[in-house]
Amino acid sequence: MAPTPNWLRRRGARPEAASDALWDICPHCNERLYKKDLAELLWVCPKCGHNFRISALDRISLLADGDFREVAEDLMTGDPLQWTDRVSYVTKTAGDRTKSGLMEAILTGFCAIDGVAVGLGVMDFAFRGGTMGSVVGEKVTLLIEECGRRRLPAVVVCASGGARMEEGMVALMQMAKTSAAVARFAELGLPFITVLTDPTTGGVSASYGFQADVIIAESGAAIGFAGRRVIDQTIRQKLPDGFQSSEFLLEHGQVDMVVRRADLKPTLGRVLRFFAARLAAVPA
Amino acid sequence: MNVIVELEKPLLELESKIEGLKRLNETQRVDFSVEIRALEAKANQLKAEIFGNLTPWQRVHLARHPRRPLALDYITALDGFTELHGDRTFRDDPAIVAGFAYLSGMPVYVLGEQKGRDTKENLYRNFGMPHPEGYRKAQRIMKLAEKFRRPLLTFVDTPGAYPGIGAEERGQSQAIAACLQLLAGLRTPIVVNVTGEGGSGGALGIALGDHIIMLQHAWYSVASPEAAASILWSDATKADEAAKRLRLTSEELSEFGIIDEVVAEPLGGAHHDTQDVIRRILDADKRAVRRLMRLPTDELIDRRYEKYRKIGAHTELLHGRAAR
Repeated sequence: MAPTPNWLRRRGARPEAASDALWDICPHCNERLYKKDLAELLWVCPKCGHNFRISALDRISLLADGDFREVAEDLMTGDPLQWTDRVSYVTKTAGDRTKSGLMEAILTGFCAIDGVAVGLGVMDFAFRGGTMGSVVGEKVTLLIEECGRRRLPAVVVCASGGARMEEGMVALMQMAKTSAAVARFAELGLPFITVLTDPTTGGVSASYGFQADVIIAESGAAIGFAGRRVIDQTIRQKLPDGFQSSEFLLEHGQVDMVVRRADLKPTLGRVLRFFAARLAAVPA
Repeated sequence: MNVIVELEKPLLELESKIEGLKRLNETQRVDFSVEIRALEAKANQLKAEIFGNLTPWQRVHLARHPRRPLALDYITALDGFTELHGDRTFRDDPAIVAGFAYLSGMPVYVLGEQKGRDTKENLYRNFGMPHPEGYRKAQRIMKLAEKFRRPLLTFVDTPGAYPGIGAEERGQSQAIAACLQLLAGLRTPIVVNVTGEGGSGGALGIALGDHIIMLQHAWYSVASPEAAASILWSDATKADEAAKRLRLTSEELSEFGIIDEVVAEPLGGAHHDTQDVIRRILDADKRAVRRLMRLPTDELIDRRYEKYRKIGAHTELLHGRAAR
């Protein structure tokens, strides 16, 4: 494994592993995998090719060339509904912060991908299922606005169960807010690229996830509007094989390409170099 | 089963008794006016008891009442409504109606999520749950409104966008996402009326605008109470509990600044005086359109951006760390 980059070391505490087991079991083929090897393998099962869900920090390590300058890192969610179900929302998010080592379900910042300067947002499923509440909406909006000011391409790696229920309509409105930011950004003639990873559904797929100029799906991801369970309950019939998989979406014309994890960085680099070439000609 | 329909049964019985007496009063020599007055007082008292203090869950049922005015009731109350059909690609989605009309003489484009009145109609309208082609038809109308510089009126009443195989194959997410992006930058005034059910992203797809009006007993939520209950407690029967927590009523959403104007309903709900409710909604639309039409387009778009830009509940901790 490559040495820990400076930005990651500077960031300090990494989350505690959920278990200190040395082994992980591939949820797809049940292969026993040595955890240390898994990182080297980019968290891809060597036997069946299954992509393990990875943290935002690991994802950034995979994509960023060297430095990653995080922005808006201190934004923390409020509790607009004063929500409680089995436990309070405040307790839930406190647990998510400990478990994930993150303040929220997305990290945003600036870095280079394969030599191209970009604004990068990476969502993390470990924090409230990657759901979009006030902070995710705000950070995506801030990132896109700042990319507009700096005339940089914006890239967002999505992993989300949709709008965050515990923030109610305030969460749903983040779809409108981020969409407005994307609409403005598009008028500036700047490229917006999304990478849809496992899973990308609901309020995130129905807003910025599918508003990009180029939409890349990581192989084997579940991507869709409604969750599988909801569809099951509504139509009560067998869903086709591979329904809502990246490959299914490609076949149905919903994404531009399906890319394996190992190819993601060079692919993003190729796309960004083409789209960002004309930006270089614009004086800063 | 609709809890309001059950609740209002004794009231309807009483009302039909009063009607009967009134008819007798006109045709017979006996004077029933004292009895009629007594029964009317009783009916009013009963109405106040039933509807005076509805729970959020009961109000959700009021929004689903089988006699509640539907999108087309408002739209056809406009002058000269002409329906336009189809997404030009796949098919016409009857769950979304679209077209143009005149609002007190002003030409407007209209969009509405349309449910049915009975089972047959509901099957045709897919219970008001649009497919991607419905949202793509909506996009056509949005673009027409912009191109010809006419205001856009929308009527929101859907349990949600349809969750099905075809909807996923044809890109339900993309269809809604494209509506949102288009509405955010649409260079013409947009007035939204949430008149019945505001079911999550399926509602929002035609509900991003400059002025958001909500009928008093409509609901608008990130998830339906049933869906929320099944996610939270794996038990859809706890929907009444979820309805309370989701803060989906017009009063609560006004407090959050998500709704700009609430239009009151008569005691018992919109179906107790449909014509009056339609008139009130269209009056509110007229006022909003007139006001928005006076704004220069750039200012209109900037205000719309700021309206959504400021929605959020977050705090910045540890000031200064971000600067390092």
